[in-house]
Formats: sequence, structure tokens, C-alpha cells
Amino acid sequence: MVKKLSRRNETYITLVALALCAVIQIRSGQFFTPNNLVDLASALIVPGLFAIGAFMVIISGGIDVSFPALASLSVYATTKFLLNINYQGGILVPILIALALGAILGAVNGFLISWFSLPALIVTLGTASVFKGVMQGALNSTQLAVIPPGMDAFGKSALFVAQNAESGLTSRMPVAALFLIATLLLAYLVLRYTMYGRGLYAIGGNEISAYRAGFSVKWIKFLLYVAVGMIASLAGLVRVCMMGQCHPTNMLGMEMMIIAGVVLGGTAITGGAGSLTGCMLGTILIVIVQNSMILLGIPTFWQGFAVGLLIIIGTGVSAMQVSRAGAHRAAKGAPQVSRTAKGVPQ
Amino acid sequence: MAELLRVTGVKKSFAGVQALKGVSLAIAPGEIHCLAGENGCGKSTLIKIISGVYAPDEGKIEFGGQAFSKIAPIDAIRHGIQVIYQDFSIFPNLSVMENLAFNTELAAGRKIVNWKRLRTIAEHAISRINFQVDLDAPLGSLSVAEKQMVAISRALLSDARLIIMDEPTTALTRKEVLALFKVILDLKKEDIATLFVSHKLDEVFEISERFTILRSGERVATGSTKDLDKKKFTFYMTGREFEDSQFEPKNIGEKPTLEVKNLTLPGAFEDVSFELRRGEIVGVTGLLDSGRTELALSLFGLLKPEKGEVLKDGRRLALTSPADAIRAGIGYVPEDRLSEGLFLPRSIADNIIVGEIDRLSGAAGVINRSKRAAEIEKWVKELAIATPNPDNACQTLSGGNQQRVVLAKWLACDLDVLILNGPTMGVDIGSKHDIHKILKSLAEAGMAVLIISDDLPEVIENCSRVLVMKRGRIVEKLEARGATEEMISAVMM
Amino acid sequence: MNGMKWTRRGDVHIVRLIALAVLWLAFMAIFKFGKFFTAISFQTMGEQFPEFGLMALGVMLCMITGGIDLSVVGVANFAAITAGLLLKALAAEGDLPGYGIPLAILAGIAIGAAAGAFNGLLVSKIKIPPILATLGSYELFNGIAIVLTKGKAVSKIPMAYSDLVAGKIFGALPVQLVIFVVVAAFVGFLLSRTTYGPKLYMLGTSERAARFSGLKNDRLLIKTYTLSGICAALGGLVMLANYNSARAEYGAVYTLQCVLIVVLGGVSPTGGKGKLSGVLLAILVLQILSSGLNRFPEINSFFIPLIWGGVLLMVMVLDYFTEKGQRA
Repeated sequence: MVKKLSRRNETYITLVALALCAVIQIRSGQFFTPNNLVDLASALIVPGLFAIGAFMVIISGGIDVSFPALASLSVYATTKFLLNINYQGGILVPILIALALGAILGAVNGFLISWFSLPALIVTLGTASVFKGVMQGALNSTQLAVIPPGMDAFGKSALFVAQNAESGLTSRMPVAALFLIATLLLAYLVLRYTMYGRGLYAIGGNEISAYRAGFSVKWIKFLLYVAVGMIASLAGLVRVCMMGQCHPTNMLGMEMMIIAGVVLGGTAITGGAGSLTGCMLGTILIVIVQNSMILLGIPTFWQGFAVGLLIIIGTGVSAMQVSRAGAHRAAKGAPQVSRTAKGVPQ
Repeated sequence: MAELLRVTGVKKSFAGVQALKGVSLAIAPGEIHCLAGENGCGKSTLIKIISGVYAPDEGKIEFGGQAFSKIAPIDAIRHGIQVIYQDFSIFPNLSVMENLAFNTELAAGRKIVNWKRLRTIAEHAISRINFQVDLDAPLGSLSVAEKQMVAISRALLSDARLIIMDEPTTALTRKEVLALFKVILDLKKEDIATLFVSHKLDEVFEISERFTILRSGERVATGSTKDLDKKKFTFYMTGREFEDSQFEPKNIGEKPTLEVKNLTLPGAFEDVSFELRRGEIVGVTGLLDSGRTELALSLFGLLKPEKGEVLKDGRRLALTSPADAIRAGIGYVPEDRLSEGLFLPRSIADNIIVGEIDRLSGAAGVINRSKRAAEIEKWVKELAIATPNPDNACQTLSGGNQQRVVLAKWLACDLDVLILNGPTMGVDIGSKHDIHKILKSLAEAGMAVLIISDDLPEVIENCSRVLVMKRGRIVEKLEARGATEEMISAVMM
Repeated sequence: MNGMKWTRRGDVHIVRLIALAVLWLAFMAIFKFGKFFTAISFQTMGEQFPEFGLMALGVMLCMITGGIDLSVVGVANFAAITAGLLLKALAAEGDLPGYGIPLAILAGIAIGAAAGAFNGLLVSKIKIPPILATLGSYELFNGIAIVLTKGKAVSKIPMAYSDLVAGKIFGALPVQLVIFVVVAAFVGFLLSRTTYGPKLYMLGTSERAARFSGLKNDRLLIKTYTLSGICAALGGLVMLANYNSARAEYGAVYTLQCVLIVVLGGVSPTGGKGKLSGVLLAILVLQILSSGLNRFPEINSFFIPLIWGGVLLMVMVLDYFTEKGQRA
């Protein structure tokens, strides 16, 4: 039944997204142009990567609000370091350094959440501050207008170029899109075909049962946050490369938007249910809303309000579906699992 | 043949409290053994020690003649010990297939998921006890009995020699209990032993060959079930002797306090009508799907009926919430007294007054402290709640005392009608008896009591009238005196 | 015996807080001996903590129910901006009319109440988990604030407002401190002497048992989040007076700070536990820490969130060990 629900959610999201596209196309005539579509795909890369990480955490019954801060710190440190040593090489080394830093920072989250069983929300609220503080305080972060040539070149590289015949505008599809596709594929394979991935779902469904069944819950959770740290770092790196400069606070505050996208796509905030497809669809919807406000001629300072509204609607609909499912189960006479307000099963 | 399991002189304490004071137990291959005892006697601690979850402070554990002093869960599993906990340790969000196969895959150290292999394992599991189920269905959509079968099938996959079941029949209908017993007997034919924890007397007699009774962390009796009778059993469990007495109503009110007329909720119950008078205890019984629980919830404002009406002292009631019901003088004691009836970490005092708290306050909700103190003192005394200080947390009390706190809460609300759903479900014999006594005295004091229960002896003994429900309708109304279990069962099924 | 241990939980937190305060004061005394009493000037502190202290009171109430209010800063700014715009509009033609300040304050409080009620509805009727609901509403209120101000600050507020709210009675007692004490006393009264208090703790302990005991869960939640909104709005109004301006992103660090205060003060994130006295003490301790840190010029302001984050994590880990020790 939960599968049916998320399937229903996915179709619902797709319909809303399509409707929105239609509206934008009608109002501006610019939506379904090749260059706009490429722009959208390009804008999807960083949120998409973040969303994959957030999705896996939420599936396991946890939550992470520290990933933008983690990504910012990781990529700032990487860029600064490479600039300091006057690095002239290609993109491989930056990637490796960013992944390594992401793993270490993610391990901090993982250690606190899995070993001490502390509530993930409060822990990541705390680590987000610590990461931000290290970046702005200890590393004295300022905007880096120039980034190592290797990263810059990567950011400017293109898989292909799409041209809008009418307006003559061209848009590049960045090579970084491959990163998103690769991560998506990897996540899919892990979630579907490895015991680790099924373990994430199991822990999200019932952590005690998972422990009894033989899943090493502590390790699985620890590695999860390490992996999420790495994915977030990668996203941060892509962002900096694509922007051609490193703005330390640029990504901060994205967490709610990402989580909203994941939840909109049918992932239960309490864990144990959700699909990658739904997660990406929800994220796509959010990205469309954000990016198309320009096309609709809505001033940028309305963006925050629109995203907030979308978050509330998305989580609201998701919550109502969950309570309808719960009521349905209750009518069938099944035993109720009571949960705390944060969704922790009691 | 070597003994399957022998536990000798096991001691275990937690934070200064001795849970087990030197307990011994022996199980032979294929034996059906019942472990019984009141709540808090140490049954679950013993099971956790046998299955390796806890390590004993002292004592010996032998599997098949081999002695161990310390075991981890994986050791117990390797020696064929499988525990099925009350919650079945399942994943409601995953498919039946995954629930069945995960333990095996994990034990084999597999990292990659091969869905075909999972399915084969799952099919093999359910074939052993001939259980028909859709492997792709999400587990959460199955009934409680089906979930239990999944748990058992899973347990059998790992070459189990001893299956430990913790209170397996709590949520099962009679038919499902019989199906479970058949499975246990089939397992016996394969020399697989079953240790099940239960305090339901009739089950102990019906299925087990040998028994062990614990009380306060000590073993007080063990032996062959043939040598056991109801009186001995009760005595071993509680250390007390009880007299059973049929409830005889006195001073039944002239006019009905509660009248239910043609109450209907599609999908739950239909056209239900009955009356309830002061001084009466009426029992409502039926199978799990008879609509009896839904009826109770409706009378308490938790489920809104579509048709029909409920009258209290002649006046029509609009019940949209428990608050409405309480204000009309109707109270409800739910089955799961722990999560539904009590706030364990809060004080006993707070728990008692929570239902009537608005009445103890004046303008703007300011609490009248002396009134509150007086109320608490009164109820602790009247219900003989054993505590040195009512400001202590409710969880410091024993199970039976906790049930008394629940009753105190409702009595404090000055109710005219008290509805109890499964009042002694999961309660040990000693407390069961006490609760029955309290209910009888409530009725004598003028309350109208409605008991929803599937425990037929309880219903017959404690009620003046019995209403039997089947598939949402009342199919029989009888006087309790002179009724027999067979009569009622016949109508129920 | 167990019962006694459980009532000790609150005491552990109080003891820890006092120890922390004493250690810190000692540290300050040693390193900044000369400037110690200017650093720990109670008068200046009394003008610094009411801002976030008021917000923390609201977060505390929500956490006792097992929820949380992460939108307090958004509500505060929203209220402040509204009041600020109103004051400016009223004073556009010359002097601020007599009813100007009370009206603006009322408007701010009304915004806080409405925002809080909105949160309460999301959490109780639509049943969105409070984390998500209040993070989402934070974005929403922040967004509204940006729209109202087009991203800029509302400044040049009539001085009369600042003079009043950021002023001192008898030249010594800060008005905002009085406001805080009054609100804290009111909250304390609600919790300990009215039916609201026990009902709140019951709800936080078990939502299910509360429902079955006849408590009106939805109404309680809406009331609680509304109160939180009002407290946040009052915090915003105080900020307006202190900075003499209002802006959408002011006080962003307060979200984390309030969570820290509440957790430090002994309120459990899972609900049902925590006392006002603990939270009050935590507010004071955090203010002492904050003032002290400001006197170390080597530590730039960016380190403050880092330290708060670090302290929060340490407190939670310590809690883990104390809870472990108390349970069987």
C-alpha cells in the first residue's frame, strides 16, 4: 500500500510539474525552448546531488540539515588550498580532495548520530553551525573571485550546446551533468541491489527490528552520513566550478528547499518509504519553480516566499497522505505505532 | 538424546534490582514448554539471557550439552535458538519476501541483493508451515496473525531447534490461536521445541507438555502439565488463593443510564441497540472483526457513527471527542493501558487527576491546590495504590498498580458509565482478580459498567448480561448466569 | 527508588549549568581581571538577552509538547518589520501620534499570534512534523518579510519607540528586561499554576494517552504555538528598538541559540520534560558566555555560532551518558 501511495504521489507530482510548465510556456513562450530546457537541466545538477543525499538520510529515518554548510566548508577549504599551492592541474585532484573532506565532515555527523543515538535534527543543527563557524571564523572565508584553472575549465566545459533558434541564445549542458547521472545510478544500484541499501529502508521502517535481524545499524548509519558528506561535497564543488568563483555563503539555506523537494516526491519524512524517482521529480518541480520565476516576470525577492509556500504545501500534502494511510490501517484493526512529534517511533 | 537447552542458577540484576535470583530451566528436543508468571517476574529477562541479548551475572547456559558462560545473539542463533518477540521484529514498510529472507542473507554475510534468490528463500520459508501469502505485498498490509506466521516462517529458516514465542496469542482470534497450535504441533514432529511465554491458563493446559512458573525472579514450580490444575497454577503464579464468584447485580437503576439506538458505522457495526443501567455490568464479546472495539470507540467519541443515536439519562448526546464523552459522564479504559491510558514518566498524582483537571481549577484555569491534593489522597487510599509518594513517577509502580491508577483516573472523573476494553488483557492472574473485584464494587456503588472482552470466562463471571456481536451486529443477548462458553462460542463463530 | 531518580533529571541540568557559569566566571576573572565587571556588567546584559530570551521561552513551550519551533526568528523579523513600517507610516506627516507606539506594538503581537496559530494549525490539523512545518514557515515568513521590504532594511524608525522600549526606568532598569521578566513570570504561572501546564506535559509525554484522557490535543498545540509566536514577536519588537531598524535576516543565529538554551536548560527534545527555571538559568549562562566572549577580540563574531554548535553537541553527548546512567 505504501508503494501505491508513492506511485500516486509521483504521478501527482508529474502532473503538477507539467501543468506548471504549460502555464509558463503560455505566459512566456520561452519554456519549451531548447536553451531553456538545458538551463533547467543545468540548474538541476547541484540540487539533484544534494537531494540524493538527503533522500537516503530521510529513508533511514533520519534528517540532515547540515549538508549545505558541510558542502560550503569542504569546497571552500579545497579551493583555498589549491589556490595557495597554485594548482594548475585538472579536475581530478580537486574532486578527490573535496570527497575526502566531505567524508571526514560527514563522519562527524555519523559518529554523533550513530554512536550516541542523538536526535539527528539537533545534531545536524549543531554541526551546521560548527561547519559554518569553522569556515567563516577559523578559515576567515571571503569570496574567492578566482578559482584554480582546472576547476574553472571543468565548470565551463560542455557536453553539448543547445541553441534557441529564435533568440539566438545558447546554453551549455555542463559535463557535471554526468556526475548527477552517475551518482543517481550508483544510488539506485545500492538501494535496490545491496543489503546495505535495503538496510537503509529496514532501519527507516523499524530500527530495533533491523538490529535484531542482524543489520549492523551503527555502521550502516555511520557510513551513510559519510557518504552523504561526500555527495554534498561533490555538489559544492560542481557549484563552485559552474559559477567560476567561490562564494562561501552562497549555498547556505538551501536545506529546506532540498528536503521539501524530497518530501514532495513521496518520501515519508518518518522514513522507510520513498523512491529515487519521486525524489528527483520533487526536486525538479522546485527547480522549475525557482528558475521560471524569471520567465514569468516575478521579481526575485518573491522567490523566498514562493519556496516557503511550496514547502508548506508539499509537506502538508505528504502529511495528509500519511495520516490517511494510518487511518486506513487503523480501521483494519492493525496495532498502532505511536510516534513522537518528530516521528520517532515509541 | 542430548538435552536441547539447560539453564542453571542464572542470576541477573539491573541497577540494584534483582530480576532473576537463580533460575533453572531445561528443555528437551521437540518439547512444548510454557513459561508463565506475573508481569515483572523475570520471564522476558530469562528469554533475553537465553537468546544472548543479556549476559547473566552468574549461572550456566548449556546448548546441546555444551556449556557457555557468555553468549552473543549470534551464538544463540547458531545453536538453533530463535526468538519471536511480541512485535515480531518486522519491517512493515518492506515486502513479505524481504522480511522473510533478510535474516538468512545477513547471516550468510551477503552484500549484494539477488531478488531471485530472495524469492526462493521466501518461498521455501512459507512452504514449511504451509502458509499462503502474497510475497510482494507490503508487510504492513497483513493481519496480525499473518504477520506472526511470517515471523515463524522466518525463524524456521535458520535451522531452528528451539523457537521462543513471547505472548504469541495476545492479538489472535480463537481460530488463529488454533492454527498457531497446529503449527507448534507440526514443529514438534520435526523435533523442534517451542518455549512460549503465556499466562493464559487455558492455553497452558491446551498445548504445553511441561511448564515452568516464575515469581519475583525465582522459579516456584516446574513439571509436567498433567500434574497441574487451575488452583495450583493460580497459587504458583500469585502466591495467593482466590475464590471465584459470579457477579450478582444489586440495585439496578430503574431507568436506563445509557441507551444505544440503531447505531451504525458502515464497515464496522450496524444497527446496534442496547440499554445499560446503573449497577449492571454488561459484557460485549465477539471475534476481532465483530465491531466490538469500534462500538466502544464510538461511545467514547473517537469514531463518529453515521446513523443512530446515543442517549444518556434520556438526553441525546453529540459525541465528537473524548472530551464530550467525559463531560457526559462516560469514561473509557483502553486495551493498551500503557500507551493509551497512562503517562508513565509523569507522577501518579498527575495521572489520576488528568481527566478531571478542569474541574479542579477556577477562573482562567488556575488550579485549586488544596482540592487537587484532597482528590489525590482520596483515590490513592480508595484504590489501595501501593506507593510511598504520589509524586513518584507512574512507572515506579507494578503492572497491577498501574491498572489501578487508570481506574482511579476514571473514577475521579465522577462518571456514570465506564467502558473497559479488554480490562485484563496482558494482565497477570493476581491483578486480574483485583481488577475484577474493583469492577464489581464499582457496579455495586452505582456505576454502569460495559466490558468489551473476548475472554469468555471473564465475561461470564463478571457480567450480569452478555451481548454477542458478529460481523458488526448484535446476534445474541443473554443472561450471564447459566451461560456457558460453548453457548457463546457457538453464536460467535 | 526509581521515582526519586527521575525527579533528579532536572537537577542534573541545573547543577551542570551552575557549574558551567561558575567555571566561566572564574575563567573571565583570571584572564580579564581588570575589565571583569565591565565585561560582566549586569546592566548591559539586561539589555542584551531579552531579545533571544523571549524567543527561547516560546521554543521551550513547543519542545515540551515534543515539537519544536524553528520559525521564531522569521516571526520576530516579520513582526518587527510590520511594526517598523507602521511607525514610519504614522510618523510620515510629522510627529508620531500618541497611539502610535501602542498600535505598532499591538500590530507586532497580532502578527506573532497569527503566525503562531498558523504553525499550530500545520502541526495539529494537517499533522506536518513540527521540524518541517516550522522550517517551512520560517522560509515563508522570511519570504514575506523580504517582499515587504524588497530585501532592504526598514530604518529611520521614529526615535520615540527606541527611547521607550530600549530605554531605562529610573535611569537604571532596562525596559526590555522588565518586559522579559513579566513574560517569563506569566509563562511560569501558566505552567505551574494553571491546567495548561500539566496538560502540556501530558501531551508531550504521550499524544495518544492524552487523547484518550479527554485532552484536546489540537487546541493545546495551537495555543502553544500561538504563544510561541507571540513571544517571538515580542523578541522582534525588542530587536526593533535595540537596532532602531528591522530587516529580514536579523538575528539568524538566534534559531540555534534558542535550541541550545532550551536543551541546555533541561528540556528534552522528545517532549514531556523540562522546567522553566532551567531555561531561565540557561539564558543567563548563555548571556554571560556571550558577553565574555565579546571581550576577547581574538575571537571574531563568526566563532560564536561555532561555539554554540559545539556546546550544543557536547551537552547532548553528556545527556546521553547521564540518561544511560539513570536508566536500568
